[in-house]
Amino acid sequence: MLPSAEQLKSSIEHSLPGVAITPEGAVLVVEPKDLITVCRHLKHHEPFFMDYVANVTAVDYPNEQRMDLVYHLYSMHHKHGPMTLRVKLNRARPVVASVTPLWRGAEFQEREVYDLFGVQFEGHPDLRRILMWEGFEGHPMRKDYVVEDQDAPLPHPR
Amino acid sequence: MDPTTIDTAPHVERELLEVNLGPQHPSTHGVFRMQATLDGETIVKLKPVMGYLHRNHEQIGEGITYIASFPFTDRLDYFNAMSNNFGLALAIEKLGGIPVAERGEYLRAIMAELTRLVNHTAVIGFLLNDMGAFGTPLLYAFREREKILDLFEAASGSRMMCNYVRPGGVREDVPEGWLAQAKQLVDGYPRFLDEFEALLTQNEIVRQRAQRVGILPRELAISASVTGPMLRASGVNYDIRKVDGYSIYPTCSFKVPLGTVGDVYDRYYVRILEMRESVKILQQALKAVPGGPAISSKGAAISRAPRTFRPPKGDAYGRIEAPKGELGFYLVSDGSPQPYRYHIRAPSFINLTVLEDLCLGHKVGDVIIILGSVDIVLGEVDR
Repeated sequence: MLPSAEQLKSSIEHSLPGVAITPEGAVLVVEPKDLITVCRHLKHHEPFFMDYVANVTAVDYPNEQRMDLVYHLYSMHHKHGPMTLRVKLNRARPVVASVTPLWRGAEFQEREVYDLFGVQFEGHPDLRRILMWEGFEGHPMRKDYVVEDQDAPLPHPR
Repeated sequence: MDPTTIDTAPHVERELLEVNLGPQHPSTHGVFRMQATLDGETIVKLKPVMGYLHRNHEQIGEGITYIASFPFTDRLDYFNAMSNNFGLALAIEKLGGIPVAERGEYLRAIMAELTRLVNHTAVIGFLLNDMGAFGTPLLYAFREREKILDLFEAASGSRMMCNYVRPGGVREDVPEGWLAQAKQLVDGYPRFLDEFEALLTQNEIVRQRAQRVGILPRELAISASVTGPMLRASGVNYDIRKVDGYSIYPTCSFKVPLGTVGDVYDRYYVRILEMRESVKILQQALKAVPGGPAISSKGAAISRAPRTFRPPKGDAYGRIEAPKGELGFYLVSDGSPQPYRYHIRAPSFINLTVLEDLCLGHKVGDVIIILGSVDIVLGEVDR
């Protein structure tokens, strides 16, 4: 079993000086600049050993001008989890470091978030649209996306 | 011309050939495309292209009530409607704190395990089809699948789009005599598996085609978030039924079959063994089904009036061991009757991450069976 969010916060902040973590319920809110440092620590160090990133997704909050990324981490080694990380990005310019170099499993999931939400992942090996076609405009999972006129003919994909 | 010079003679031009496998191709199990680059017959690069069946399921889910999403989840992995319902029900229960009726808990676990039998039986049939055994194993598999679909129809009214599980239990109780019928089918299932195995497991052609092909190393499987039988075929002991201990699984005794090599053959054989374990779970569960209501009163109330269900602000991630791997639902509530965010972690989508790694260095014919052994359903990949 993983310790509570408060204990996780003090444990991580103790091992990584300069990193600030804010617990919100069971969720750990991580600063965008600290994401890779925290993830690397969680992946490689006891007692966490979070070797498995189960889920990567985003939540759009246009009223608060932010775009949150949510990571659900588990450990296959210790069979514990989930540890939920949330990263709050500026909605006008959502850029964050990619965790794909740490966990291959994030590769397609980050491509999906890029495709549907328009978040840029720096350091991703192959950041392309995955569900929509190349040349599609806009990011359909954003809350302010206007659904196109169903009767208008679609441009033919290349 | 001197015959001895022919072998060493002129400089032969070699160039790479780009081939599209799919999107309209029977081996891709739907509309899915693989952009393969070939050197001779060997794969040197392979990029999966998906999205042909994309309908933005998640956005649809954000525009309707929580309960109204159930029929849509049927269409994710359309072989396993019951498990898809189950996953969403778990996430909603977590979000809204809904108690579950004990009989309902048993019934939906029984449905989920029957679904596993359906899925694994069918996928092995398809895999053999991909290997070139046209028809025969697939029809044996479909013969058994039909019997289970009859049970689904009796319980839910539909063979494939079941829409049966609800938060708090199941939509309605099974008809009289259903449990006895299910028991009869389950007790007869090992006989079918024996027959299936007699044809396939030691079959020289199957072994030649499947062994040492498409090996997924243990470390890559973990780091690439591969789940389900594919992960366990690579020797990682991770089964969410054991790890999370949800539903009735802690009360059942069953083993988690593991592979050793992680090749196509192991993925085939782990599925056979998993079906045998599912039969054990089903036999225990069918014996222990308690009486009482099939759905808790709170679950019944929100199913009847979905707009009255306003879960407290917050989020929840519910996951189950679906036949293809970890099926997760991530829900964010803003206190309204509709989810603010509705996300699906689809196992076959994420299992495709390693497709290129599995195929490199193999021949085109092997790509087909490697894809078959990954077990994808495009309704779930594309959402």
